Amino acid sequence: MGTLYLTATHVIFVENGSETRKETWVLHSQISSIEKQATTATGCPLLIRCKNFQVIQLVIPQERDCHDVYISLIRLARPVKYEELYCFSFNPKLDKEEREQGWKLVDLNEEYNRMGIPNSYWQISDVNRDYGVCDSYPTEVYVPKSATAHIIVGSSKFRSRRRFPALSYYCKNNNASICRSSQPLSGFSARCLEDEQMLQAIRKANPGSDFIYVVDTRPKLNAMANRAAGKGYENEDNYSNIKFQFIGIENIHVMRNSLQKMLEVCELKSPSMSDFLWGLENSGWLKHIKAIMDAGIFIAKAVAEEGVSVLVHCSDGWDRTAQVCSVASLLLDPYYRTMKGFMVLIEKDWVSFGHKFNHRYGNLDGDPKEISPVIDQFIECVWQLMEQFPCAFEFNERFLIHIQHHIYSCQFGNFLCNSQKERRELKIQERTYSLWAHLWKNRADYMNPLYRSDHSQTQGTLRSRMAPCNFLYKFWSGMYNRFEKGLHPRQSVTDYLMAVKEETQQLEEELEVLGERLANLQKSQLNDNKDKSKQQERSKQLGLSTSNNSLANTPQEYSNDLKSFPSRSPSQGDEEDSALILTQDNLKSSDPDLSANSDQESGVEDLSCRSPSGGGCLPSEDSGKDSDEAIFLAV
Amino acid sequence: KVSASAASAWPSAPSRCPGSPPPSSGCPPPLAPQAMLRSSQPLTGPNRKRCREDEVLLGTVLDEGERGFIIDTRSAQAAKQARMTGGGTEPKSSYPQWRRLHRPLERGRQLQESFIKLVDACNDTTINMDRWLNRLESCRWLSHVKAALSTACLAAQCMDREEANVLVHGAEGTDTTLLVTALAQVILDPSCRTLAGFQGLLEREWIEAGHPFHLRCAHSAYSHARLKQEAPLFLLFLDCVWQLSRQFPFSLEFSERLLLTLFDNAYASAYGTFLCNNEKERCLCKVKENTHSLWAWLNQPGERQKYLNPLYSPNALVIWPSVEPQSIQLWQGLFFRWIRSSQYLDEAWAEIQWLVEGSEPPKDSAGNRLSRSLSDPTARPENAR
Repeated sequence: MGTLYLTATHVIFVENGSETRKETWVLHSQISSIEKQATTATGCPLLIRCKNFQVIQLVIPQERDCHDVYISLIRLARPVKYEELYCFSFNPKLDKEEREQGWKLVDLNEEYNRMGIPNSYWQISDVNRDYGVCDSYPTEVYVPKSATAHIIVGSSKFRSRRRFPALSYYCKNNNASICRSSQPLSGFSARCLEDEQMLQAIRKANPGSDFIYVVDTRPKLNAMANRAAGKGYENEDNYSNIKFQFIGIENIHVMRNSLQKMLEVCELKSPSMSDFLWGLENSGWLKHIKAIMDAGIFIAKAVAEEGVSVLVHCSDGWDRTAQVCSVASLLLDPYYRTMKGFMVLIEKDWVSFGHKFNHRYGNLDGDPKEISPVIDQFIECVWQLMEQFPCAFEFNERFLIHIQHHIYSCQFGNFLCNSQKERRELKIQERTYSLWAHLWKNRADYMNPLYRSDHSQTQGTLRSRMAPCNFLYKFWSGMYNRFEKGLHPRQSVTDYLMAVKEETQQLEEELEVLGERLANLQKSQLNDNKDKSKQQERSKQLGLSTSNNSLANTPQEYSNDLKSFPSRSPSQGDEEDSALILTQDNLKSSDPDLSANSDQESGVEDLSCRSPSGGGCLPSEDSGKDSDEAIFLAV
Repeated sequence: KVSASAASAWPSAPSRCPGSPPPSSGCPPPLAPQAMLRSSQPLTGPNRKRCREDEVLLGTVLDEGERGFIIDTRSAQAAKQARMTGGGTEPKSSYPQWRRLHRPLERGRQLQESFIKLVDACNDTTINMDRWLNRLESCRWLSHVKAALSTACLAAQCMDREEANVLVHGAEGTDTTLLVTALAQVILDPSCRTLAGFQGLLEREWIEAGHPFHLRCAHSAYSHARLKQEAPLFLLFLDCVWQLSRQFPFSLEFSERLLLTLFDNAYASAYGTFLCNNEKERCLCKVKENTHSLWAWLNQPGERQKYLNPLYSPNALVIWPSVEPQSIQLWQGLFFRWIRSSQYLDEAWAEIQWLVEGSEPPKDSAGNRLSRSLSDPTARPENAR
């Protein structure tokens, strides 16, 4: 029982509980679909499905009211203008300079410099400075030294959407590179000199190899069908020294349906093991994840082991191409496995190269056929890698989940519109805030305690296997069942280890300080012979107290008291989400709790666990499977 | 707490299957004086025989007005059919305070087939992603894990939440019965989650209780001779314990390595702990005189270290696992043990150990240096790091 509020940006449900004011906040941008269900004795249920996989059921007593709410929500969840989005009214109370600094945190020029560019093989080109060549590309693109403006322009005319081959990643160890583009407009027999020269230029930029791979990430059949429409793929006969390869990742429509089917499995009430496995197999979701990963592995191997450059494309070069290039980069370069590096990676391969965030994730009301979980799949690939290589990433699962959340939330301006051009026209950087700054500020919550920059897993290339590895791909319940607390391991190892790590560091710092003081005292004692006896006694006293400290506070013993460590109670995924997402929200009055229920108890029992209904109350909202006890005793 | 020795003071129950009187086995949680009992099926037979002693036995367990639950690990139909061969179930009229629940758990030939299929699937390098989950599903192994955990949770729930006594039995009381009672204790009782307590649990609930290890763990998954008595109940138990350790990473004192070692030793061992089928046979073969105990070896200070969970922190509460399909995972450490390298996961565990236990031994910590310089006042002061 409670009150429902609809604001310009949120849906808020406040429970009528007497003691705690429990609020559930949902951003309109997060609403994926609203379903009016059959009226029951208690009222008219409205089922809201969110893009972050939260599912909320509201039961409204009066049918008329329910209909009103339904219509309003439909309208609110489908904004027509960008200005309706939350990021334009979100106010984290930072001043103008802080906002600017936030946007400068990730700088792509710096990134290409880090790669070693410009150098004798690669240069920056301003041919697209006014978006005159390609309006979905950034103003600054990196091309081979031998690619003149003429070649670039000519090549762009031969590519779908004018997306000519440009640099995504350069490996300075062996000069191999990953370039990306869209499909050539080759049809059955068309040729373009400049496009062929472009590919040659890419090859020449790597003196260590006499050919390049051209990887078409589409299934062969789809690519061939495109030829009938005047597009297609590169003919090995026409392009000198290329080796062509199909990888076979399905298109956005297949992926949209796949996700849909998987979510249906997640919504099953008390499924059997068979229901679940069948449903998961039937959706094909993990198969697609593996396909993307395999493509990334192929490209990473080509670059790292063979030293051969790769040109990647799909149809338009903004979906599968982005996925595959970023997975490959992640495997190749440990920098992208750091927190900052990951932000840079997304800025580079997704934001700057014109991934259509608006169309794919429905910032504004648009064509439902454009919606597809493209970046979600990439984020899942990262998670799958984190599970295989637990020490290799500087960030943790929560980091990924929050990024996914904000891609849909439109609370920050990074993922708006379809291209850099559109974002600049809307003056996004002057009117909204950057997610990266926000995450960076809270980076302590996103660290992986097992990461050490000198660990073997963090050096060089990650060697993931392609086959036989089916079993390595797990269902990501942390993402797709995010809000069902009962399903996850009840105790968060990550949080506990982070707390231990912090304590250890603090104590070691203290020890150092004390050590220095002691050394100084001992030094002055040796220098002063007159007061030798007196000072010896004094240092002994000090020695006693410091030695007591050092023994009493060894990390081993102290860690036992960490259970009552106040700031880091474990596995509060969503309570932290809400604090993170809404602490700076000037609209809210108290700390909302996005979770359906909370089985967290404070104090010593923090690390132990009761079932969700330990407090004696079953969750009032949806997801009845939170309480497994009901299932045990269903006689 | 009713210990096993108290059970021997009870009158023998001729109406139960020979060799399995209903000893009390549970270590109930400290506050609730409930008992969990296990037995074999009552020999009611087609003529609905009654046995006064058995009824009295079960009657004394319950106080006035209390209820008990009988968890029968056979389906209602199978239990009924057992009457034809002399077995059966407890009729409600004779055991009025007991309520019977059926939770069929797979055992015997079906369970062995499931295990064989799973191992086949895991070793099959030709399956592609398209068919993997289907193949996994058709083995049904994970369904068995889910069912076992659910039933154990049910037993635990009856004791902890309903504050009732529980009697668990199947047919012989040597397979699924032990699976349920042992698992329920791990869920309920924190002392069973310690290394010593777990060993004690295995001794009590599997070895002394008469699980026929010799028959059940003869050939594992690769035998072409489909032996009738072969069945991986003990492995299923270990798998369920592994699921618990995954869901409650801080609550078990022992690590996966212990579970793998137990699995190995159940099938082939240099120690006598898992030999024979029951105590009687072990006496006859003079196992205690002629062999060494696995526990003795495991508990040596140097060995013991290897089986401890670095994240362990005693948890006095009951641990209720989630039995949703998403929460139950394939035990990769066992089923892919020889197929994929565990290098990266091992490295992760080494990191965890290092983090939790402080500085590595070879690296000299600031603390060590400080204590050394303090104990020798004439030593030259080292420069601070």
